[in-house]
This record gives sequence, structure tokens and C-alpha cells, in this order.
Amino acid sequence: MGLSASQIPEPPKKDLPLWDVKLGEVPKWVGRRDISPTGVYFAFKRAELKFHNKYVHVKRGGIAPYAMMLTGYCIISYIWSYDHLKHDMLRKHH
Amino acid sequence: MVVSLFSQFDSPWLFSIPLVVLALLVPWKLFVSSGASWAGTRSSVLLESLLGMLMNQVMQPLSKKGFNWVVLLSSLMLMLMTLNVIGLFPYTFTPTTQLSMNLGLAVPLWLATVVYGFRNHPTVALAHLCPEGAPNLLIPVLVVVETLSILMRPLALGLRLTANLTAGHLLMHLISSAVLGLMELSVVLSGITLFLLVFLTMLEIAVALIQGYVFAILVTLYLDENL
Repeated sequence: MGLSASQIPEPPKKDLPLWDVKLGEVPKWVGRRDISPTGVYFAFKRAELKFHNKYVHVKRGGIAPYAMMLTGYCIISYIWSYDHLKHDMLRKHH
Repeated sequence: MVVSLFSQFDSPWLFSIPLVVLALLVPWKLFVSSGASWAGTRSSVLLESLLGMLMNQVMQPLSKKGFNWVVLLSSLMLMLMTLNVIGLFPYTFTPTTQLSMNLGLAVPLWLATVVYGFRNHPTVALAHLCPEGAPNLLIPVLVVVETLSILMRPLALGLRLTANLTAGHLLMHLISSAVLGLMELSVVLSGITLFLLVFLTMLEIAVALIQGYVFAILVTLYLDENL
């Protein structure tokens, strides 16, 4: 009983990180990405876990992760509401 | 294009998604639950102590029967406080300035407490409509008044939160516009108005925290009446 060497599935090959990919091969690299809804969800989840493991789940963390999250949220809110805000920007009388 | 004072309360859209969706995700993502460390990290200990404080506040008015509701009510308190305070940051959107959202929170919670009371002990719940020791002639009037006051509760809950936050944001908007406008005329006046704006901002932070607390505590009190 037991599996022979030919029956054991090979582990999935790790793809190159983006900064190691040559410029000409970038479109092929992008084509290999998983852009299904689950793929996008797990990509965000991996990024979130990487951030948390680096800044939050440490013995003696600080305010840095929360400050970064809030700053990022303010910047994204600005970009989100730019169309609404641009009419007010150069007005003399509000 | 006429931009009114109240246009700051519109939820802007990007790629067919309103900003309110992102704003509602903030309390969920900002408080990170503890990782796989049994000893506890600094952030998890701080978060647990904050949650413990909030749960104590919610448990105080409740009898033992109501402790099933503590998790719901304390998470409601934390969510409202967070949404209100984060809304004071620049360019962010405050979902609790929208009456639709506040009524959407107030009506189901209030209705749950009323239905809970009427389902478990209908006689006692009906008896609450007539205060003890009331003169016999006044009883019909008092029952009507008590019924109306119970029906007004969700409206008051939702409107209180909306009005406080909307008024605060409007005042900050107006006074900051006044500071900018006065800069050309008189720097001293502009400085005094800026000084006032600093104090107003501190007041708004306090109001944001208090209004979240009041909303949850009132729901707790309505629940305690019906337990």
C-alpha cells in the first residue's frame, strides 16, 4: 500500500515575483495571474495577512499599522470623491 | 453647478461603487483580531481591554437574562463609535450621517426588544403601558401616551445620531470656510476663528464617541424593560 513516486502530485511551481520578470515577458506573466473572483479575493487576503504578520501580530507593535491604514483610507477616499471635490477646489466663494 | 452645504453628505461613486461601501468596511478591517499567538501581542491585548470596557458598559443595565445580547450590543457600540470618529478624518465619508442607515439600525433593534417582550411575557409587556399608581380616569390617556412614546423610540434613536453628526460636520465645514474667507480680510480674526475650530473639533470627537455610546445604551435600556 502507499503511493508510488509517480502517483504523488508535483507541488505547484512558484511563479517569479513581478520585479524579477523581464519587461518583454510582463504580458505573459499578467496572463498567468488568476483573475477569477476567488483569485482576486485570495490575492487581497494574502496581502492583508502579509501586512498583519509584519506590523500587527508582533509582540510589541505600535501605532504604525493603524496610522498607515487610516492614511491609506483617507487617500483612497480622496481619489474616490475627486469628481465631487474638483468643482470646489479653485472656487473663490464656497 | 451649484454646490450646496449639504453636498458633503453625498456618497460619491467610483466604478459604480459608492464610497459608503468602503466606509462601512473600516470598523471591520481596522480592528485586527489576534493572530495565532497564545501569549497575546500588544495590539490584541489593547483590543481585548477595549472590548472588555465596552462589554462592561453594556452589561451594567442588563440583568443576567440579557447577557446573551451583550456581544451584539457592544459590537454595535464599537462600530458606531468607529464610524463616527473615522468620519472626522479629511475626505472620508460618515455613513452615520445618513438617516437611512441609522433608522436601518434603530428600527430592527427596537422592534426586536418589543417583540421579545411581547412574546415571552405579553401581560407584563402590556402592563408597562400603564404606570403604577396612576389615577383611574387618566389610565386611557396614559396608555395612549405610553404607546406613542414606545412607537417614537426608533425614530428618536435614528434621528438623534443623524442630527448630531450632520450638525457637527456642517459647523466644521462652515467655520473652516470662514477661516479661509477671513484670511484675506484679517489674519487676527482668522486666527481666532481657527482657535475656535480647534475646540470645535475636540467637541466633535467627544460627540462622535458619546453618540455611539448613547445609541447602544438606549437599546440596552429598552431591552432591559422587556426582559
